[in-house]
Amino acid sequence: MKYVDEFRQHKLARQLATAIRDEVDPGRSYHLMEFCGGHTHAIFRYGVQDLMPDNVRFIHGPGCPVCVLPVGRIDNAIHLVEAEDVILCTYGDLLRVPASGRNSLIKVKAAGGDVRMVYSTQDALNIARENPDRQVVFLAIGFETTTPPSAVALQQARREGLKNFSLFCNHVLTPAAIQNILESPEVREIGSVAIHGFFGPSHVSSVIGSRPYEFFAEEFQRPVVIAGFEPLDVMQSALMLIRQLNQGRYEVENEYTRVVTREGNQKAQRLVAEVFELRRSFEWRGLGLVPYSALKVKADYQEYDAEQRFQIPVSPAKEVKGCECPAILRGAKRPTDCKLFGVVCTPDNPMGSCMVSSEGACAAYWSYGRFRQPEAKSA
Amino acid sequence: MNAQLKPFPLRLDTRQGKVDMTHGSGGRAMAQLIQELFLKHLDNELLRQANDQASFDVAAGRMVMSVDGHVISPLFFPGGDIGSLAVHGTINDVAMSGARPTYLSAGFILEEGFPLADLEKIVISMSQAASEAGVPIVTGDTKVVEKGKGDGVFITTTGIGVVPAGINISGDRAVPGDRIIVSGSMGDHGVTIMSSRENLEFETSITSDSAALHSLVEQMVAVAPEIHCLRDPTRGGLATTLNELAQQSQVGMQLSEAEIPVKPAVASACELLGLDPLYVANEGKLICICCEADAQRLLPVMRAHPLGGESAIIGRVIEDPHHFVQMETLFGGSRVVDWLSGEQLPRIC
Repeated sequence: MKYVDEFRQHKLARQLATAIRDEVDPGRSYHLMEFCGGHTHAIFRYGVQDLMPDNVRFIHGPGCPVCVLPVGRIDNAIHLVEAEDVILCTYGDLLRVPASGRNSLIKVKAAGGDVRMVYSTQDALNIARENPDRQVVFLAIGFETTTPPSAVALQQARREGLKNFSLFCNHVLTPAAIQNILESPEVREIGSVAIHGFFGPSHVSSVIGSRPYEFFAEEFQRPVVIAGFEPLDVMQSALMLIRQLNQGRYEVENEYTRVVTREGNQKAQRLVAEVFELRRSFEWRGLGLVPYSALKVKADYQEYDAEQRFQIPVSPAKEVKGCECPAILRGAKRPTDCKLFGVVCTPDNPMGSCMVSSEGACAAYWSYGRFRQPEAKSA
Repeated sequence: MNAQLKPFPLRLDTRQGKVDMTHGSGGRAMAQLIQELFLKHLDNELLRQANDQASFDVAAGRMVMSVDGHVISPLFFPGGDIGSLAVHGTINDVAMSGARPTYLSAGFILEEGFPLADLEKIVISMSQAASEAGVPIVTGDTKVVEKGKGDGVFITTTGIGVVPAGINISGDRAVPGDRIIVSGSMGDHGVTIMSSRENLEFETSITSDSAALHSLVEQMVAVAPEIHCLRDPTRGGLATTLNELAQQSQVGMQLSEAEIPVKPAVASACELLGLDPLYVANEGKLICICCEADAQRLLPVMRAHPLGGESAIIGRVIEDPHHFVQMETLFGGSRVVDWLSGEQLPRIC
């Protein structure tokens, strides 16, 4: 496979592993947080941790859109299906996310609710066109990568005068979340959670560029390397982070130059700015309320805003007792620190959101890395 | 099949006609459907007896029986359709015991309004698949459900077969030291189905690998009667099937990703869709677990067979109290290859 195999070569991986071994200072540790679930997935799928020295540790961040969506928003979506009788369209992973009362969208669907898995916003628009007498709501989630297609969908809906389509916006923003993690007491207080550097998101950065990370690299004195999602990208970026740390630098560097520029995709940015605006505050699973960390539909497009159309209330989120997803999402705990992990919480029966998506840290630990934890119970 | 043998004044309209409730009512319309569609195409001596059961002599020795329901969407796909799949799927389930499949039965659940032309196409395809495999469909059943209560057509087939003396193939017989062989590239069927689904159509040259594997199995057991396990990695793909076998045999498995054959087009499609080819279904491939010496004997035989050209040894059975399937990745790292959780592709067979 062209443009992919090149970034998965065993020989180059070994060379990079040697370079990393030569670079690390055995007297210190390197805790590197990959923000994105895509990186988490690559690290586990290709066994990248095996190629790292023992004092280089990956900390899995909150960059899995399914994982950070608070339970209350899923409850809202379920309410739309059950009480408002809408056709709810969303991406596949979201169907299995546990809601309150051991419910989930997939269970609602099984009970006769009209929940449909779509591959793109265009599918949702088609469903609205084909069902003019039904209200169709697209449950939109994701970081800056999935936001432009949502913006396009609303523009199209307006252009066509589609009266039965609206969007339940749960789009969130990466830089605000990274800043929140760095400001959290666990990270600030010495000796609690150490995060020495960040792998910057790849696809998100293709949209927003590398510039938004410059502020907190400087402010919090942590290096950021924008990294591609292939395993060699991750290793090369780890080397770049380790070099910066050894040299006492804290800059934004770009490993993913084949896609990411400093300014990003300005056309996509304009598109998003036309349809969405910042929310004052939004609840993240694991991080709590994070100021200016999410988007909502602009007043100009409010007739396509499901929150306006259906008067969706803010529902308080209630976590499953014992679930450590919040701490795991902040990098404060590892999946294996959770009492539920592998006991009652597995990918087949997820209790917490980190176990749902393959990008979630718990699912990745369970699916790819269990052999590291001989004490973990087998399924 | 309960067919009346007198001709019907008006032929069944297999061009414009549609299935209606009378076709499942047990009356004359059903008799005509059986006569002019099922019997016409699936004709054989046992079916023609027109009894509610097929009657035949049984061979001495051990027999096996298997059943498989087919609900695939879409019904027609590159490389096959629900009809050929229903024949191949059950023949393969029987053959994975080392048995020679002898007879099939077929039960149809038809949805009111289903075009008779499509039904005829499916039955013709079943007939071809059965006659190519040399395994006749000797008894059957038809039911019709109201519109909205089915999805066109569901087909359940049952197969029986005779196990040659001295063969003892079972999922619980893998032992540490055994070799794991696959008979060809992984994921062709699942990716083909995905590519032809509504909403997701993308152009690809891949076709389903749907095929009856019993002639390959026959040659394999002839050279290596001591084969420990055979299984076809259908739903859940290679990864899930190996996990089943590891559990059943209470062993672990160690794979080498570099040895697992995957067609470049399948790998690309999976990359694009975020799927892992190891979890994607196959309908014409088998996994064989046997001792090292048998593996060396089997490989040339399998590769010489038209359905085993790309056969490869992909790993070995190891001792592991957790019964994990592990894999050395192409990248040089190691990881667990877990059971499939959730679903990768809805209704693939």
